Amino acid sequence: MSEPVIKCENVYKIFGANAEKMLQESNGNVDAKTFQDNGCIVGVNNASFEVSKGEMLVVMGLSGSGKSTLLRCISRLTDATGGKIFIEGQDLLKLNNKELIDLRRNKMGMVFQSFALLPHKTVVENIAFPLQIKGIKTEDSISKAMDMVKLVGLDGRENYFPRELSGGQQQRVGIARSLAVEPDIWFLDEPFSALDPLIRKEMQDEFLRLQEKLQKTIMFITHDFDEALKLADRIAIMKDGIIEQLDTPAKIVLNPATEYVRKFTEEVPREKVLLIEDVMDTSNTENVGDLKVSKDEVIENVAEKILSQEKSVAVTDENNKVIGSINPTKIINTVFGGRKNSN
Amino acid sequence: MDYLKKYPKLFQWLFLLIIFFALCFSIDVPETYKFIRGQAEFVKDPNQSTYVFLGKEVRYYAFDVFWRLPPLLGWLPIWINDSLFFLMNEWMPMEFWNEDTQEYKTRPLVLEISRTLTSFMTFLIFLIRETLLGGLETIVAFTSWDWIDKNPWAELPGLPWTIVAAGFAILSYKLSGKGLAIFAGLVMVYISIFGQWKPSMQTLSFILVAAPLSFIFGLGLGVAAYKSKRVEKALYPILLVMQTMPQYAVLVPALVLFGVGDHAAVIITMIVAVPPMILLTLLGLRAVPPEVIEAGRMSGCNNWQLMTKVLIPTARRDILIGVNQVIMVCFSMAVISAFIGAKGLGFNLLLALNQLNIGLALEAGLCISLIAILLDKMSLAWANKQTDYFGNLTFYQRNKNSLFFGASVIIGIILAYVGTFIFKDTFNYLFEVPHNKGISTADFWNKGVDWIFDTFFVYIKAFNTWLIVEVLQPMRALYLRMPAVATLVLVVGAGYLIGGIRSALVVFALTLFIALSPWWDRALVTTYMATFGVIMSCTIGFTVGTLCFQSKRAAAFMLGVCDIFQTFPSFVYLIPVMMLFGITDTSVLIAVIVYATIPATRYTIEGLRSVPAGLHDAATMSGVNKFQRLTKIEFPLAFPHMMLGLNQTIVFALFMVIIGAFIGTEDLGQYILKALSDKNGAGIGLTLGICVAFIGLIFDNLIRTWVGQRKKHLGID
Repeated sequence: MSEPVIKCENVYKIFGANAEKMLQESNGNVDAKTFQDNGCIVGVNNASFEVSKGEMLVVMGLSGSGKSTLLRCISRLTDATGGKIFIEGQDLLKLNNKELIDLRRNKMGMVFQSFALLPHKTVVENIAFPLQIKGIKTEDSISKAMDMVKLVGLDGRENYFPRELSGGQQQRVGIARSLAVEPDIWFLDEPFSALDPLIRKEMQDEFLRLQEKLQKTIMFITHDFDEALKLADRIAIMKDGIIEQLDTPAKIVLNPATEYVRKFTEEVPREKVLLIEDVMDTSNTENVGDLKVSKDEVIENVAEKILSQEKSVAVTDENNKVIGSINPTKIINTVFGGRKNSN
Repeated sequence: MDYLKKYPKLFQWLFLLIIFFALCFSIDVPETYKFIRGQAEFVKDPNQSTYVFLGKEVRYYAFDVFWRLPPLLGWLPIWINDSLFFLMNEWMPMEFWNEDTQEYKTRPLVLEISRTLTSFMTFLIFLIRETLLGGLETIVAFTSWDWIDKNPWAELPGLPWTIVAAGFAILSYKLSGKGLAIFAGLVMVYISIFGQWKPSMQTLSFILVAAPLSFIFGLGLGVAAYKSKRVEKALYPILLVMQTMPQYAVLVPALVLFGVGDHAAVIITMIVAVPPMILLTLLGLRAVPPEVIEAGRMSGCNNWQLMTKVLIPTARRDILIGVNQVIMVCFSMAVISAFIGAKGLGFNLLLALNQLNIGLALEAGLCISLIAILLDKMSLAWANKQTDYFGNLTFYQRNKNSLFFGASVIIGIILAYVGTFIFKDTFNYLFEVPHNKGISTADFWNKGVDWIFDTFFVYIKAFNTWLIVEVLQPMRALYLRMPAVATLVLVVGAGYLIGGIRSALVVFALTLFIALSPWWDRALVTTYMATFGVIMSCTIGFTVGTLCFQSKRAAAFMLGVCDIFQTFPSFVYLIPVMMLFGITDTSVLIAVIVYATIPATRYTIEGLRSVPAGLHDAATMSGVNKFQRLTKIEFPLAFPHMMLGLNQTIVFALFMVIIGAFIGTEDLGQYILKALSDKNGAGIGLTLGICVAFIGLIFDNLIRTWVGQRKKHLGID
């Protein structure tokens, strides 16, 4: 298996005057309460994970859970207090200022919650900004930026100023800017949180479309569990700086690791999240009816069909081979049943 | 008792007042005590005590320490003087090449620096002044007088006034639009027609040198303070003192260091104008959203790129508001600098006031006010200007303003040339209307003043006498009757009750400095005048503000009026009051009241406006009437902001009281004025300035601390 693009090992971020000393003394057992009594605030507590190429990791947590701090450690907008972070095998914390700037100019792009556009530059100038900072000639950077303008669907507005655009349009500029240098790693810090629900949905779909095309390695921060479920390859749920659970959306919904995670999953419409694959019975492939469903179908789409059957329904893989079955009761249990899963 | 338990603070304040009055009554006025008038302390008197500190002999009238503290800091001004003298004349002598005599000469370092700086400033001022008005000095600077004698044609011709006026109008149009352009044009035409062109351009050239330099230094220091906590901490106390230091007082040391004239005034103006620039730069940079900075960082900016391409452009508006402040401070300094020989409108104003020619003074004052309003509006328009997208512009559309200016230059030159034929025997009015050759309304005003005096003299005099005898004298006597110890207890106690031990220590230190200086009595007089002014101003300001707030249009109108009045240099206010009340304390106090009412009114309206609309609606739905809403909702919430207004009112009042010395008062200002004409006045002037600044800072500290707590308590920011 290839080297993970982002790799974190026991990352800590603690704010406060003598944070480093206290972290050393604690031997990795960081208790937020004791730290707080000593005037330190724990932002990220022992985070370890990997993100592989082309994967989208969504970090979900409520405000104050340390999710943004974690992202800022990995983009080194703030220095982690302890632990190791590797970007494509490079030790991030050992880079000097010049190497760090180089890395940001070529490998990283970031989108911000409040868009963070430069108010004195037009749309196209904003998008060209990272290119110009790199030292690319003005005409080249502008023509490249124009490609980005088209990519995010803002053609015709390239000479507007940010204040003349709506929130959704502004964030499109933010996205285009972060993609201008063609980074491998894409950080998105609650990019859609400041938008209206309808615009948010539209932007999410747009985002998925872009990602399908670009296949970036993504760290996406959100406080919206539904958004996380919709976008993520894997979700990390954070609370008080600790990653409570890191898994695929389906596994999180089916097997919440802690009480805290379970609270999020309770309200989730499972039929919209889970695939047939997630709930099928692999032991029974024989005693099935004529109807077949693909394992990659979302439950919601096939539920009606399955519920109209009396027998179990065969589940097939991409080669149309039967790999399991699912009976109507299971569907009913999954959708309406008790939240404790009887897998 | 229940009442006291419910309001413990009230009880503490009562207790403080009781101690204060007990001290006042228990400490008698010493029999030998009298308010020392005029030059008395410079006359050797056998009744005086002396002490020697650091080799400086200090003489003073000794009293019981409870009554007046001995002036233990009396050596400070003398020491400052000697140090300055030493620095200028003896410290670090070095060899310097002298261009004129073609030889090396030994000169002290500071003197050489001061002379170099001075000649550089003089060059800059003349360069701009002669571009506007014409002259020889700039060409001489590059060549020599001999060369000029041989080539008499070599003289900067100066711009015809029509071109400058057109330039102002076009610039105003570019910054704001038609309205301001018309105003700018009218102001320029007025200045020219009324024969104030030359002094106005002199003042303008002064600003054109002082403002850009102040901007550069202020921006640089502001950026440095933003980047380094240490720099900020080092600058902070200076910024604080400079905010409350009367501009007048810093002129005195300038005399010693840089001599008399425009150059000295420019340098000292920078010292006054840089602090607000630093503050606003810092404020603007701090207000840049953190995500924008992060976006810059993630785009791969290094520190320099981050500052120049992200931070400063994003903070543009605040920085340009700083420029507005710089321009206004420079302008008001340009007027006040007349005291140290800066040419221009201020000089004419001072001259006219000295001759008691109210008509001339009024003309100069009107001119000053008009230019102040124009500069203020122009720089604000610049700050608020935003570029919009208008599609692709043609060459003409993009360069419209430059083209117009080019055309106006040509037309102006042609007009001036034609003028030489029309006005063959007199002055070329199309080139420049000479000073006092324009239309003058001075006689009219002078007659008006005479008429007012003839008609209303009895009433004015009666009012004057009544105010002085019945109100001012007793109030002043009361202030002077306070034993020093009682005052200290009152101030420190107030500090402790408001801000705890920290505040108490700060105000104690500030008060002690004044008490130990030789001018405690004077400081009391300053305080009494300021107090009277502040009480009147606040009463008027709070009332007017509250009344105007009742109607949106009235409030907007009032704020506009405040804006305009605030741009006038404080000195201008003395003209109308002198016109009406002559040279008395009443004049000063009325000027103080008018001037200090501006912030009182402004902050009242702003404070009331800042009450959230939601609360307004909630109150209305609870069925309150207008009066209840005002007293129960709006006043309590607006009160912290109104108290900040009080703070400003105090600073404004202090400034005006000090400047009032020009009319004749017996407070700290009088001594500052005296120090201006004394060649050993630098130390005295500076120490006096610090005393005034400290009076301001005492109130500033108490009010700010209180407001901070109150805002926290109310949960507003």
